[in-house]
Amino acid sequence: MSTTEPDNVALNGPVVGRYRVIPLIEKGATAGMRPAVASKDVQEALALPGTLVADWQDKAIKRLGQLVKQRRGLRVFLDNCTKCGACTDKCHYFLGTRDPKNMPVARQDLIRSVYRRYFTLAGRLFPWLVGARTLNKALLQDWYTYFHQCSQCRRCTVFCPKGIDTSEVTMAGREILASIGLGQQYSQEIITKVKSIGNNLGMKPRALADVLENLEEDILDDTGVPVRLPLDDSRADVLLVTPSADFFAEPHVDGLIGYAKVLHQAGVRWTFSSQASEAANFALFTGQHDHMRDIALRIRNAAVDLAVSRIVIGECGHAWRVAYSYLDALVGPLDFLDPAHSRVEHICEVTHQLLTQGRITLDPQRNAGKVITYHDSCNVARGASMGQRAGGQFRIPRELLAASVPRVVEMSADTTKQKTFCCGGGGGLLTDDMMAVRIKGALPRAQALQSVVDSDEVTHLVAICAICKTQLSSVLPHYGLQHVQVTSLHHLVGDALVL
Amino acid sequence: MSKLIDSLETDHEGYLKRRSDWTRALAVELAGADGIDLHEAHWEVINFLQEYYENYDIAPAIRILTKQIGKRYGPEKGNSKYLYELFPKGPAKQACRYAGLPKPTGCV
Repeated sequence: MSTTEPDNVALNGPVVGRYRVIPLIEKGATAGMRPAVASKDVQEALALPGTLVADWQDKAIKRLGQLVKQRRGLRVFLDNCTKCGACTDKCHYFLGTRDPKNMPVARQDLIRSVYRRYFTLAGRLFPWLVGARTLNKALLQDWYTYFHQCSQCRRCTVFCPKGIDTSEVTMAGREILASIGLGQQYSQEIITKVKSIGNNLGMKPRALADVLENLEEDILDDTGVPVRLPLDDSRADVLLVTPSADFFAEPHVDGLIGYAKVLHQAGVRWTFSSQASEAANFALFTGQHDHMRDIALRIRNAAVDLAVSRIVIGECGHAWRVAYSYLDALVGPLDFLDPAHSRVEHICEVTHQLLTQGRITLDPQRNAGKVITYHDSCNVARGASMGQRAGGQFRIPRELLAASVPRVVEMSADTTKQKTFCCGGGGGLLTDDMMAVRIKGALPRAQALQSVVDSDEVTHLVAICAICKTQLSSVLPHYGLQHVQVTSLHHLVGDALVL
Repeated sequence: MSKLIDSLETDHEGYLKRRSDWTRALAVELAGADGIDLHEAHWEVINFLQEYYENYDIAPAIRILTKQIGKRYGPEKGNSKYLYELFPKGPAKQACRYAGLPKPTGCV
């Protein structure tokens, strides 16, 4: 910026948090970091080639041609970038890794250049003039690497004057890679499990029932109240679909207990389903629309089989995006639902409604001593709304927290709500073989958190996404923030609830 | 010296592909490579994991693991701090690998 500009121009400029510094680039910094390629058995279980096919170049280009025809948005996003640079410093992976190929525009160009080479006149005739490139082995390697250093969080999209959605480009890239034999082990294995067993973890109904029984016992021991966690209960009005991590992992399971307490207290008749014991839909991450539909269909089928009149989604970021934005298109119309609840609802809006109606009471003093801050999960913040009001996805969780905890502190405004930073583990990267990238990608969130820890002695970081909870619990210790407890929103609600 | 694990099929993170390949000697070897000398306390956890897996086709949730270990072997053992002391890289992942069970994979 020129130093001769008047002061008011600087004041009206973009807000950059005082602790966030745009790094110098470091070429190839994370070029060697990529997740394991899907094994032959996993690929073949999904009717994909077991290993890289011999004619991979032709197949990849052909598939790209099909995708730009089928997905109109993708074509627009590949066509209309003006290289203005607004996105370059908006990606948490770029800020954390300094690798220039993690600038969103550079990530898009991995495919854009190939698209130009084979599908535009100028690229076919004068590739050197328009940045068109031949798809070769080195570029293919970059596709695999850098499409797995994107969590599809869409923060860059918020700042793009053209609204280019990098996640759509990443999804297309991964879809093409899987179709030529280079799926990602973590995401593709999870898709095989949810399709065959009903949830990402591969918990069979017997294991699920055992967990729920154990949790009922724990709640009774803790509170003296017989709160039920029903499974496949045909008397239920509400089907609750939650990420399977809620049955299995810490701190997720305390959120699950919170949902059960709220629904119990309000007298809602509800159930889990062993058929749809998973809210997550990893096929969103891999761009595989057929699998996405199959996974979503389990929820519809379970709702029909149990004859429920409402579907409620638990604390899972991308599940909410799929439910809110795509469920009707994938498996709709959901015309069997109660007309007063004809849309799939989020557990936060349900709890909020019960609170507003006076059907539950929350006492924030029960969380005395806690100072909390709220991490907006990207797929909720930028992929959906919540409730029947504008900005509901930001306001409803915050209003619930304000009613549950005596002190809530906001992180810097350029790291929350629509401008929230990804936790660093979204979009199918929450796997141990990506830990180095996950730690680097959490940098902006860790910086914003550190700032409120310093200023307000924040003790708890709250999220409503299973991935965010696992990722932040795993990586915050690397930033010296292990004393901040990562917590489910419904854990705090459940603790504040007057039973 | 040749290692037992070298002759067995594992996934990309070193978890056994076939549970039937597991032996006590293998568990000792895998733990030893991480600098852990397996004692009775470790075996209590490994044995429980295997038993649970036998019944439910999946490793137990961490909460169930802590609860059951506490019930069986004494309340002072029924907490995750104790389990992390035994298996510093996480009881779910590290102990499952020694026990020859697949790693629980998902948003966990």
